[in-house]
Amino acid sequence: MEKTQELSGSHAGGQLDADPIDASAVNDVLMAGDKSKGARPWFLESAETERVMNVAMAVATEVAVLRERLDTIERLLEARGLIDRAAVEAYEPDEAAAEERQLWHARYAARILRIFQQELDAIAKPGDNTPMHRIADEINEM
Amino acid sequence: MPSYPLPPVWTKLRRHEVFPEFSHDERARYNFLSSLNRFVSTVIAPGNRIAFENRVKPDFERAHGRDFNDRHELQEHMSKDPLYRAWAALRRSTMEMRQQNGRAAVLRQAGELARKVRERLQDGEVNLELREGFAVPPYLRHVDNHLMPGSYHTEYFPGDVANAANYDSGLFVTSGGMLGSLTDGGGQAIAAWVAETYPDFRPRRILDIGCGLGHNVLPIAQRYPDAEVTAIDAGAPMLRYGAARAKALGIRNVRFLQLDAAEMADFPDGHFDWVQTTMFLHETGGKAIHRIMREINRVLRPGGLTLHIEQPQYTPEMSLYEQFMRDWDAYYNAEPYWGHMHDLQPEDLMEEAGVPREHFMQVGVKAVNDLDRRKQDGKVTEDYGRSPIWNVFGGWKK
Repeated sequence: MEKTQELSGSHAGGQLDADPIDASAVNDVLMAGDKSKGARPWFLESAETERVMNVAMAVATEVAVLRERLDTIERLLEARGLIDRAAVEAYEPDEAAAEERQLWHARYAARILRIFQQELDAIAKPGDNTPMHRIADEINEM
Repeated sequence: MPSYPLPPVWTKLRRHEVFPEFSHDERARYNFLSSLNRFVSTVIAPGNRIAFENRVKPDFERAHGRDFNDRHELQEHMSKDPLYRAWAALRRSTMEMRQQNGRAAVLRQAGELARKVRERLQDGEVNLELREGFAVPPYLRHVDNHLMPGSYHTEYFPGDVANAANYDSGLFVTSGGMLGSLTDGGGQAIAAWVAETYPDFRPRRILDIGCGLGHNVLPIAQRYPDAEVTAIDAGAPMLRYGAARAKALGIRNVRFLQLDAAEMADFPDGHFDWVQTTMFLHETGGKAIHRIMREINRVLRPGGLTLHIEQPQYTPEMSLYEQFMRDWDAYYNAEPYWGHMHDLQPEDLMEEAGVPREHFMQVGVKAVNDLDRRKQDGKVTEDYGRSPIWNVFGGWKK
């Protein structure tokens, strides 16, 4: 995707302020994450780890955003008499609902920890670790 | 109230007529960032001192039989400490997120914002002058101050104000709301201090250099409503937005002008009674700062006042640890001239600006914060370079 070119400072003039405003070239999705000038300092011993930390912090932010949105919804619903927030707090699922929810948690945990599971699988089955380029060569003979 | 000091919610920020619209989730993002910043600066950052005193310094002394020579040597060893590294990585991450979140909110509405600002500017009263072919000073083009992509001067299309709107929306988050509902605590503090300290001072013409979006000059203009205030900056988006913001806030005695502080040919000699800069000098350059001082000397009338709000300079009394911590923002929050400027003596700078040594003054002024529920209990966790205590230097020109 092309990002819009920034105008140089020399274009910033009184005259331009008579020009029509046209922001159609602004690619806000990509430009929001523009890098600032100069080399980025990396602080952790491994840049890979710091990269993961940055992804985790961004995801943590989004969890907080969801939490705040849910809180807004609960308060609005309560204000309209549709739910009772104390009842939400005191809610205890019946047997079937509890089971369903635990299953959801189990699937969620497994999704998050997939990479550990597969690494373990690899060492548990030493025979199933053929590099793909070798498999490609082998398949070429099949 | 819990004993843990909560930062104010972002909606305490006073939103004026040309302020960008923020969705529910965009507001929530800023709320979380404020809390994240608060935790990083009050809980994790103090660990740096513990790590320094308990292992970095003793290890160094054991190995070398002496203390650190200077802040650079200290930096070299401190930067290997795991706690410091974790803190620094987190702090950098929160600052980058602040930029991304602010930019995401304003860039999606950049066209509407520019139209809203233009409409306000064209209400009949002209308080803005931009210069065609204006050359942005090289020191500004060379770095994105505060990690703000595009800095103060970049416009993404004609009439753009996106970077200014981003700045206006996010300063509240970076400062943890400690600068009040219009993030003008610095300007409020200096205006009140001058009025109280010099009750007979009646400035007719005031110049604010490097005004940005004008948040710190407006309180001065309000305090001296009969004064003619000129606010200059190099960034067209900041000036456009600042001029429209001033109108929206009902302040009519400020004119926003695009001008390089090192070449203020617009103004005759001795034109101003008061020349002010607020958190500006550390964003200039090693040569420009001296040209700016000479220009201040020229445009300030004899007997006029010049004041400059900056972080404290490094002195032999300041511990190397504190110098190191204060250096952090210079390099990792992209305010690189700060590091060098800390080694200049403000007395020397003021002498260049026409203030003789016997007239030089330096005071600490606490930011005025209309949101502080604890009513300024004086307890501030030192967050080197971010605490709301303003170091002011300057004096009266001979």
